[in-house]
Amino acid sequence: MLKVENLVVRYGMIEAIKGISFEVSDGEIVTLIGANGAGKTTTMHAISGLVKAASGSITLDGVDLLKTPGHKIISLGLAQVPEGRRVFAQQTVEENLILGAYVRRDREKIAADMEYVYDLFPRLKERKLQTAGTLSGGEQQMLAMGRALMSDPKIILMDEPSMGLSPLLVSEIFEIISEINKKGVTVLLVEQNAKRALAIADHAYVLETGKITLEGTGKELASDERVQKAYLGG
Amino acid sequence: MAFLSYLINGLGLGSVYAIIALGYTMVYGIAKMLNFAHGDIIMIGAYAAFFALNAFHLPLLVAVLFSVAVCTVLGVLVERLAYKPLRQATSLSVLITAIGVSYFLQNSAQLLWSSATKVFPSVISGGALNLGGVSVSYLTLITVLVCIVVMTCLTLFINRTKTGSAMRACSEDKGAATLMGINVNRIISITFAIGSGLAAIAAVLLCATYPSVYPTLGSMPGIKAFTAAVFGGIGSVPGAFLGGLLLGVIEILAKAYISTQLSDAIVFTVLIIVLLIKPTGLLGRKISEKV
Repeated sequence: MLKVENLVVRYGMIEAIKGISFEVSDGEIVTLIGANGAGKTTTMHAISGLVKAASGSITLDGVDLLKTPGHKIISLGLAQVPEGRRVFAQQTVEENLILGAYVRRDREKIAADMEYVYDLFPRLKERKLQTAGTLSGGEQQMLAMGRALMSDPKIILMDEPSMGLSPLLVSEIFEIISEINKKGVTVLLVEQNAKRALAIADHAYVLETGKITLEGTGKELASDERVQKAYLGG
Repeated sequence: MAFLSYLINGLGLGSVYAIIALGYTMVYGIAKMLNFAHGDIIMIGAYAAFFALNAFHLPLLVAVLFSVAVCTVLGVLVERLAYKPLRQATSLSVLITAIGVSYFLQNSAQLLWSSATKVFPSVISGGALNLGGVSVSYLTLITVLVCIVVMTCLTLFINRTKTGSAMRACSEDKGAATLMGINVNRIISITFAIGSGLAAIAAVLLCATYPSVYPTLGSMPGIKAFTAAVFGGIGSVPGAFLGGLLLGVIEILAKAYISTQLSDAIVFTVLIIVLLIKPTGLLGRKISEKV
């Protein structure tokens, strides 16, 4: 479904991503783990068009994403839950969700998806007329996920969804990621919480200073000595 | 009674400032830049209306529409040609470019139409309405009404339409807006189109009150309206409205009761005091810096 090949991203003279390749197949949860500054968010931004790639290729079902303007990528079925949530703080929960469906025209299906999102996150329904800025961090994370779902995506990119959340909320968020995936949405998950991410991932890659150093199934990497040492506190 | 009529005149002048201030505040809210060429768009709007009335003898409404069309196209063109290439540049470069565009427009006008003042035809009859002993000129009445209509339409547009909600999204976070599928460049173009179209309306109202058209005509109203936008809280649409009206009233009252020469100084003193007490302006929101 999503294929990244020899991707290079530069910020001025600094090469943040040094030619990485990975693949996300239909229906999978794939995770990219790595420390702060490894290039995880940069990779996400390159896929969704928020930063320009220097070279390499990114394709979604054969469509070249590097030649697609950023705002057209969501119509191809790729949504992103950005790092730090980035909900529209001054707009209400409901307005945020409606913005998630900005490119869609199928009104009835949008209304049905709104119900689906409210079923998935009942707390959002309770707060639907509140401005997003008044929500707690966990609720904002749910809103960012709900907003991404509102575009009816084939694949969702999630950038550090557990960042800054309490352990209880982290569990809740990871359960929901699995649930979304079971409904047929492919997930590319970027996480610092390697343990949790590997536990639900079909496939995983370790990113270190702009390079992929290890790859395998979630289980393989979770039991890999190097991963345990570097990321699982083992 | 004199006080009431000063107040109403102040509201009339303030309405014009408010309409111009909307252009500054919307562009700032969305593109995060100060478009110092906005005043000169007013000047072009005044010339467009002048020629439509004087040379082509068009009816007033058609002349206004013509002027709105000219300014809308000009505003979008200026954004495309001068500001869009600087989207990633520092805000100082954009600011200097805006000042450059301002001089470019002024000098172009001078070259095309000479610096001699042209007399704007009298378009709104000089009659006055007697409201309980206070005489209000039709012109003032129309100006205030136009301002209220403009404000209402704009507020509805921003809060009730899909494009309006996309504009609000862009003003908060352009990256996240792009992720939603919003074409940020298109939204910025629309913002410049609306702001410049409003500048044309302000131009006609301004010239109906002060009927002289010359190449630097937009400078002073431009600066006053910019002050009004900052006064009300730049980026806030109701703030521009409130700031514009207050500025107009303060200016007229200062002229009437204190000194004609000092009125501008008094206006700016009030601005400084407001900004000292509330740095974000009257209705401005505190913008938290993202890290």
